[in-house]
Amino acid sequence: MAIASEPPKHGFRLSQLLYDTRYRSMTIQVVVMMMFMAFAAWLVDNTVSNLAARGKDFNFGFLGVRSGYDIGQRLIAYDSDSTHARAMLVGLLNTLLVSFLGCIVATVIGVFVGVLRLSKNWLVARLMTIYVEIFRNVPVLLWILIILAVFTEAAPLPNAFKEGGDASMMLFDSIAVTNRYTAVPDPLFSRSLGNIDIGIFLISSDLLALIAAIVAGWYARRIVLRRATFVQNATGERPVTWWKSAALLILPGVLTLWALGFHLGYPSLQGFNFTGGINVSNAFMSLWLALSLYTGAFIAEIVRSGVMAISHGQTEAAYALGLRPGRTMNLVILPQALRVIIPPLISQFLNLTKNSSLAIATGYLDLRGTLGGITLNQTGRELETVLLMMLIYLVLSLMISGAMNIYNASVKLKER
Amino acid sequence: MAEHRTAAFVRTEMLPEKAPPVSEVGIIRWLRENLFSGPLNTVLTFMGLFIIYFMIKEYSPWLRHSVWNAASVGECRDIVTAKYGEGATGACWAIIRDRWNMFMFGFYPRELYWRPTLALGLLIFAAAPVLFSESRMIRMWVLGVVSVFLMVAFPGLGVPNGDTALLAVLLVAMLAAAWARPWALLWLTAIYPGLAVWMLWGGSVWGPTLAMAGFVIGWAAWLATRRLGTILSVGAAVLVPVLWWLFGIAPVQAFLDAGLPFAIEGVRSEKFGGFVLALTIGVAGIALSLPMGVVLALARRSDMLLVKALAVGFIEFIRGVPLISLLFVASLLLNYFLPPGTNFDIILRVIIMVTMFAAAYIAEVVRGGLAALPRGQYEAADSLGLDYWKAQRLIILPQALKISIPGIVSTFIGLFKDTTLVVFVGLLDPLKGITDSVRASFEWKGAYWEPYIFVGCIFFIFNFSMSRYSMYLERRLHRDHE
Repeated sequence: MAIASEPPKHGFRLSQLLYDTRYRSMTIQVVVMMMFMAFAAWLVDNTVSNLAARGKDFNFGFLGVRSGYDIGQRLIAYDSDSTHARAMLVGLLNTLLVSFLGCIVATVIGVFVGVLRLSKNWLVARLMTIYVEIFRNVPVLLWILIILAVFTEAAPLPNAFKEGGDASMMLFDSIAVTNRYTAVPDPLFSRSLGNIDIGIFLISSDLLALIAAIVAGWYARRIVLRRATFVQNATGERPVTWWKSAALLILPGVLTLWALGFHLGYPSLQGFNFTGGINVSNAFMSLWLALSLYTGAFIAEIVRSGVMAISHGQTEAAYALGLRPGRTMNLVILPQALRVIIPPLISQFLNLTKNSSLAIATGYLDLRGTLGGITLNQTGRELETVLLMMLIYLVLSLMISGAMNIYNASVKLKER
Repeated sequence: MAEHRTAAFVRTEMLPEKAPPVSEVGIIRWLRENLFSGPLNTVLTFMGLFIIYFMIKEYSPWLRHSVWNAASVGECRDIVTAKYGEGATGACWAIIRDRWNMFMFGFYPRELYWRPTLALGLLIFAAAPVLFSESRMIRMWVLGVVSVFLMVAFPGLGVPNGDTALLAVLLVAMLAAAWARPWALLWLTAIYPGLAVWMLWGGSVWGPTLAMAGFVIGWAAWLATRRLGTILSVGAAVLVPVLWWLFGIAPVQAFLDAGLPFAIEGVRSEKFGGFVLALTIGVAGIALSLPMGVVLALARRSDMLLVKALAVGFIEFIRGVPLISLLFVASLLLNYFLPPGTNFDIILRVIIMVTMFAAAYIAEVVRGGLAALPRGQYEAADSLGLDYWKAQRLIILPQALKISIPGIVSTFIGLFKDTTLVVFVGLLDPLKGITDSVRASFEWKGAYWEPYIFVGCIFFIFNFSMSRYSMYLERRLHRDHE
C-alpha cells in the first residue's frame, strides 16, 4: 500500500524558479543566455567603436584587389597581378598539400615504428622507444628549425653538383639536395590529355584519368572478392582470387600511365641551377619532414596501444577456431585494433594540419603566410584576415572530424 | 618381473645433473632470444647496430671536440683546429656558457635575477603538498635538491650574504614544515599565485594582494549568503569578487599606495624572455586550464541544452583553429574587442589564449573520463540522495579525473611545448626568440646546432619528467579492485 502524497496546492511562487528542480534549469539557462548575449553585444559594440575610432570599416572588398606579391611555390596559376582572394586560395592549397603529404608519411613512419616498438628484438625496440620519446618531448618548432638548418647550412650549393664537384645526387641521379632547394624528377606525359579548366584553376586530366582507373580497378576487385565469398557460401570452396585481385590493384594504374606516355624529367645542372625537374623549396621540405617525424612519433604510440589493447585471448580464440595467422590478423585483430586506432589517428591528422601553420618559421607560404601574413600586412585589415583565416581552418577541422564521426558510427560496437 | 631380471643393465642411482647447453644459458641465451631469434630479427639487429655505428662515427668527433671556453665562434674554431688538426669540427658549447643568462632570463634586469629564481624554487615548495603528498621521502628529496640549488644559485646571482642567510632560514623553516606538517605548506600554495606575480613583475605589493583578496571576499560572500540556498550563495560568491576585481581594486589600491607604500622595482613584460618566459606562461596556463577544462567538460555533459551548446561551440571552435591564429587574436585583435583605450599586458593576453586552448583539449579528455565511468556510479550517487555538485565532487570527478590523468598530462606537455610559439607575437621564447637574438650578435654568428640542442634538452627534461610523474601518479592512485 503506497500512499502517494498530494502535491501542495498553492499557486506558482516566484521562489520556485530557484528552488524547484522543475524550473531551476530553465532559470539558469535564461540567465546564461542573457549573460552570453550581453557579452557578445559588448564585444561587437567595442569592435564597432574601435573600428570607427581608427577610421576603418569591416568589409572583405580587399579580396578582389590586386595582391602585388609573388608566391614561390604554388599548385595553380598565380602571379603578382592576381587578387588577394587567389593568393588566399594558393595558400590554402599549399596548406592542404603539406598536410596531406605529411599525414601520409607520418602514418607510414608511425605504423612502422609502432610495430617495431612491439617487436621482440630488444635493440630495435629500444631504438624506436628513443625515437618516440625524443620526438614527442621536444617542441615541433625545434624540429622544423633544425631540419631547416640542416637543409640551408649543411646541404651543398647547387654548384657543387657539377662534374668533379664534391656533392652527388641520390637515388640513381634523380634527386639533388641543395642548400636552396631540392631538385626532384618531374612527372611528364608524352600523350597528355591536357587540362580541364573549372573556372578557378586547371586540373590535369592525366591525374583524373589515373585516379579514375585506380578507383575502377579497386571496385572491380571488390566485386571479384564478393563473388568469391558468394561462391564460398554456396559451395564451401573459395575460388583462388589472389592473382585477380593483385592484377586489378596494379594493372589499371600501370596501363593508364603507359597509355599516357608517362616518363620522368630528370633534373640536371645547367649553369648554376638545376633544370628539367621540379625544384622544391627547402621551406616546404623541412616543414614536411619535421611535421611527419613529429606526428609519426605520436602515431607510433597510437598504433602500439591499439595493438596492445587487443587481448591475447582473441588471437588464441581465433587459432582455436582453426584460422590461419593471416586470416586471424585480417578478420579478428585488425578490425578490433582499428576501432581503437582510427579516432586518435584522425585527431593526429588534425593536429598536423593545424601545426602546418608553423610554416611561418620556414617562410613557406601557406594559408597563414598569404592571407594571415602578407595580405594582412599589405591591406592592414587584421580583423577581416585573421577572422577569415580562423574560419577556414575551422571549416577544415570540422570536415575532418565530421568524417571521423561518420567512420566511428560505422564501426561502433553494436550493443544489443 | 621376469623381464626386469633379463635386462642386461638397470641403473639404480640418479645421474648427476648436466650443465645446460652453452646456447641456453647466460648472455648467449639472452642474445639468441632477444637479438637473433630468426632471420628477420637478425637482419633488424644488424640494421640497428649499423645505425648506432653510423651515428657514433658521424657525431662523436663533433661532441668529443667540444669547446667550453671561448668568446666567439671564430675562437672556438681556432681552438678545435689547433687541438685536433685542420678540418676537424667541434661543438662550441661556449655559446651557452657565454649567453647562459640570456637563455634563462632574456632581458630581465641582471640585478634582479634572484627574483624569478626564487619564484621558481618557491613554486616547487608550493606544489609539494599537492604533488608529493604521499611519500615523505620523495618530498624531502625534491625539496632538499631545490633548497641546495637555491643556496648555490643565490650567491652566484650576486645576492648579498645577509639576504642569502635570510633565505637559508626561510628554507629551513619550510623544510621543517614539509617534514612534520606538509599540509601547513598549503598556506604557501594558497598565496603563491599572488606572490609569484609580485616577484616576477614587481611593483606595489598591494596590486597582487588585493587581487588575491578577491578570493577571500568571494568566500566571505559565500559564507554570508549560505542560508539563502546553494544557487544564491554560489551566485554571490562569483559576482562579488568579479565586481571587486573590476571596480573595487583600483580605488583601494590607490588609497593603500598613498598611505602604506610598499613596492619593489617593477619589471615590464617586454623584458621577460628565455625560460623565465616559457615557465611563466607554461605554469600559469597549466594551473588555470585544468579547472576551466573540468568546468567545460561538465558543461558539455550538462542536461541544459543552452549550456551544452555554448560549451560545444567554444570547445570545437578552439580545437578547430591553430594556436598561432589564437595568438594573433591576442596580439592584433584584442585591441578591437576591448573597450577603446584598454591596453593590457601582452604576456597576460598570451596566457589567456594558451589557457583557453589547453582548456578545450582538457575538456575533451575529461569528457572521455566521465563517459568511461560506469553508469552505476552516477546511479549510486543519485540513490544516496546527493545533489549534482556533491555527486560530482565526491563520486564522479575523483574517478573520472583519475582515468583522465594520462590525457591531461599530455595536454600539459603540449601546452609547455607550445609556449615556444609566442615568438611569433614578438615575445622572446628560448627556442627561436633568444636563439635568433644571440646569433644576431657578431661573436656568435653561425652557431646553429648548439643552442637548438641545449634548448631541446631542457624541454626534453621538463616534459619527460612530467610524463614520468604522470605514470607515478597513475600507479599511486591505482586501486586493486579495478
